[in-house]
Amino acid sequence: MLDYGYPVLSSLVVFPLLAAAGLFIIRGEAVVRGYTLAASIFEIILAIPLVTYKFSADFQFVERIAWVSQWGLEYHLAVDGISILMIWLTLFTLPLCVLCSWTYISKRIKEFHFCLLFMTAACVGVFTAMDLVLFYVFWEAMLIPMYLLIAVWGGDDRKYASIKFFLYTLAGSTLLLVAIVAFRITGGTFSIPELMQQTFSFRFQFWCFLAMALAFAIKVPMFPFHTWLPAAHVQAPSAGSVILAAILLKMGTYGFLRFCLPLTPAASEYFAPMMIAISIASILYGGAVALGQSDIKKLIAYSSVGHMGFVTLGIFLFNLRGVEGALFQMLNHGIVTGGLFMMIGTVYERSHSRDIDKNLGLGKYLPAFMFFWGLYSLASFGFPGTNGFVGEALVFVGAFQNSLLVGFLIVPGALLAAAYMFRVGLKLAWGTPSSAKTWKDLNTREWIYLLIPAVMVFYIGLAPSIFFRMIDPSVEKLLADYHSRKQVAETVEEHPMQTAARELFGIAAAKN
Amino acid sequence: MNFSPTLVVPELFQFLLIMALFIQSLGNRSWEPHVEKWLPLFAGLGFFVAIVSFKSSGVMFYDVYKLDALSQFFKIVIAAGFFVAVLNATRQPTLEGEKRSDYYMFLALSAWGLMILSSATELFTIYLALELSSYSLYTLIPLRAHDKRAAEAGIKYILFGAVATALSLYGLSYVLAAQHTTYIAALSAKSWAWADAPMAVVGLSLFLAGMFYKLALFPLHFWCPDVYQGASNETAAYVATLPKLGAVVILVRLATLLKPGLEITTTLAWLGAISMTFGNICALAQKDVKRILGFSSVAHAGYVMVGLVAGTAQGLAAAAFYALAYVVMNLLAFWVISRVASDGRNLVLDDLNGLYKRAPALAFSLGVGAFALVGLPPTVGFIGKFFLITAAWNQGYNWLVITLAVNSAFAIYYYLSLVRHAYTEDTLTEGAAPDTSVFSVVGAGLLAALVLILGLIPAPIFDFAVAAGQGLMH
Repeated sequence: MLDYGYPVLSSLVVFPLLAAAGLFIIRGEAVVRGYTLAASIFEIILAIPLVTYKFSADFQFVERIAWVSQWGLEYHLAVDGISILMIWLTLFTLPLCVLCSWTYISKRIKEFHFCLLFMTAACVGVFTAMDLVLFYVFWEAMLIPMYLLIAVWGGDDRKYASIKFFLYTLAGSTLLLVAIVAFRITGGTFSIPELMQQTFSFRFQFWCFLAMALAFAIKVPMFPFHTWLPAAHVQAPSAGSVILAAILLKMGTYGFLRFCLPLTPAASEYFAPMMIAISIASILYGGAVALGQSDIKKLIAYSSVGHMGFVTLGIFLFNLRGVEGALFQMLNHGIVTGGLFMMIGTVYERSHSRDIDKNLGLGKYLPAFMFFWGLYSLASFGFPGTNGFVGEALVFVGAFQNSLLVGFLIVPGALLAAAYMFRVGLKLAWGTPSSAKTWKDLNTREWIYLLIPAVMVFYIGLAPSIFFRMIDPSVEKLLADYHSRKQVAETVEEHPMQTAARELFGIAAAKN
Repeated sequence: MNFSPTLVVPELFQFLLIMALFIQSLGNRSWEPHVEKWLPLFAGLGFFVAIVSFKSSGVMFYDVYKLDALSQFFKIVIAAGFFVAVLNATRQPTLEGEKRSDYYMFLALSAWGLMILSSATELFTIYLALELSSYSLYTLIPLRAHDKRAAEAGIKYILFGAVATALSLYGLSYVLAAQHTTYIAALSAKSWAWADAPMAVVGLSLFLAGMFYKLALFPLHFWCPDVYQGASNETAAYVATLPKLGAVVILVRLATLLKPGLEITTTLAWLGAISMTFGNICALAQKDVKRILGFSSVAHAGYVMVGLVAGTAQGLAAAAFYALAYVVMNLLAFWVISRVASDGRNLVLDDLNGLYKRAPALAFSLGVGAFALVGLPPTVGFIGKFFLITAAWNQGYNWLVITLAVNSAFAIYYYLSLVRHAYTEDTLTEGAAPDTSVFSVVGAGLLAALVLILGLIPAPIFDFAVAAGQGLMH
């Protein structure tokens, strides 16, 4: 636990909270911003031991102490190949958020940075928690700062968007808590690594999968549950959208990988066709709706629905390429969409509008801006050489391995992505400028926060092997476990749907 | 009859407090020191006395009065709650000077009745203790100067109380007739199945009605929002918190009779489910903050039932712990309300607008309280709910557990609107400015800290509650 002289993961969770508490004693706007930036960089420094992450499937940097022994609750943190990239993504998002809010946020600055720091702590917690209840604590704790980010610093319709966000996500996760408790009562522990060793009856898996999938599908968000996302994205401030896109949405897909596949393999297998179908629906629907948007932020929000559809699709293909692609797509979407939302914030500060028509013809007057926009656009629809290509190509390979039909069904999705990104890009670059003539091109601060993701776009796009080495052992183990255990339960139960129906009617009968 | 004064020090201390208050109430306002000067100190001392005597155990008065982990747990919580309620009431703007000593005397008397209630193990004793605490409240509720609604609330409380009490007493007679004993220990050995003893089951159900009235459980909840609204903020803070503890402790003791699967247990589960859903849905439409909290009380009464019907020591412990959590969260919410309404008016949601700017500490505390009442981590509200769910899962009432979980989704909307008005709305309304004195801020801060700390480190208190639960189940 203390290989590095301090508990690495705990410090990553606790330090932002301490830094947030420290905000109360400092004064002055610039000082608050500088302080939070320094804190976010120090947070990355604290994470340096994570560089020594071993390329294996084991849980590493484990910290484990009893929390409520009477109930078997533990404070148990660890990372593996599935979470390590998400942690790095979370850590690097924080300073970028501080930078991109430097002039964007002009009211209640202290509270704003408090929310950012609190958010980071909760997000790191979600990705490292190895105790189901601890996971749930972080999962819910993150709602409050996100709600405030939208409700206080959001656009004109912030009240509606923030409440919708809160209601949707909370409603989804209520049954997750019941599923967690059911795992404890049936499996005897809240510890995720220990539960991963157990095989549950199909009936149990069936209900637990549904309860968990609802929570995760809302978070991702998958097709019928996606309506909170455009509202939240459009109203959220730039930094809020970045966190939402880069980190929050990943929690849903992380949940599928961490809980649904290992804990309920037979049910995952059973529901896979449905999950694949709604993933494809998300891809096509998100892309088609994005094509018709006149609000840039809404466009990117719907593109997120499509991109996250690729992730869930990759997960439920249950082959190595698919899951690898899903993990890559999670990372890439975080980088690229985060970058795009920062760009929208940048141009919004100049035009005070998110309308495409109000931001025309930037190519001549803001060349640096258009360069970055073009780059992120290409990465977004998976142009070869950028990181988007790696993730999407892997999902495609996985999909075609799975079935020709699935493969062909997602091809239009990739085309749609190119279409809507080109549509908005062309207008931004070469439309007739309205007031763009007077705008200044990117300043140094904006260069910095746009350059960092841009470097990653090329790095992952051109040399992804290091990332493969990080995630492969865990993915292979995940799939090996999955394939060995989905069979065990299948023989137990042959007509799950009928059984479920009987159970539902049984409950109804018992109630009457 | 054995009586050992050393075992009942908290009760005796409270009794001395009542005597002192009685003497002061004989005089007039010129008697020094004023009651607000000395009472908080001694109420705080009472809390420590209760903590010190947490190990007391034994029985007295022909076994009707039992000191065990459960009773001591509740006495500590009652003493602590009384301390906070007294502190909260010291700045009550709607209480006339002449009536102050009387007010505190009845407050102390009511708390004393609840302390006795937590040790009572025999139905008549329970009844008497319950009445002792109720009668004091009947006089407290109308004590709000220049407000007719307080009188209305007082009448409502008395009439409802009288009916509930009558039902309770009537039920008691049935239980006595059918089972030939009123000792809970003896009763728990008997069968409570409808087929074996229908009269006893009817009797017990009616007896429980008295507790449901105190707890504001559906269908005996109608007084709750009205009384909260009519009574002064400080009185409502008391009515909303401590009497519920009295009801919960008796329900926990009686839960040893309620084996899962019995008709009466299932009825209780149903009432719990209806109560939580009904309370939460009604609260959605409210504008008056105290009415919101009134309906939230109805919902929380339903949550407690989840632990009671589980029929295990853990379930009882979870119910007891949740009662504690409920008291702390509500004291916090009412503390903030009492301080924001520094002129004693009733707050509507719009009165909270811009609180983050006018009183940041109060706004933050209100946020903590509201999110705790929803059951969001890392607060005591979450961990309490979590204990309830874990204790009750696979004990035969899974549908009730799911109802409990889903209810959070209803509840979030109205609790969130408290936070929303405090943090995101900026149009200020007319009215006195919130009290931002050190007293107000420190009180709110300490209660908020308690809500968070109990949520993060529940183990010590919870172990105590489990010991109490095991003491009952053997």
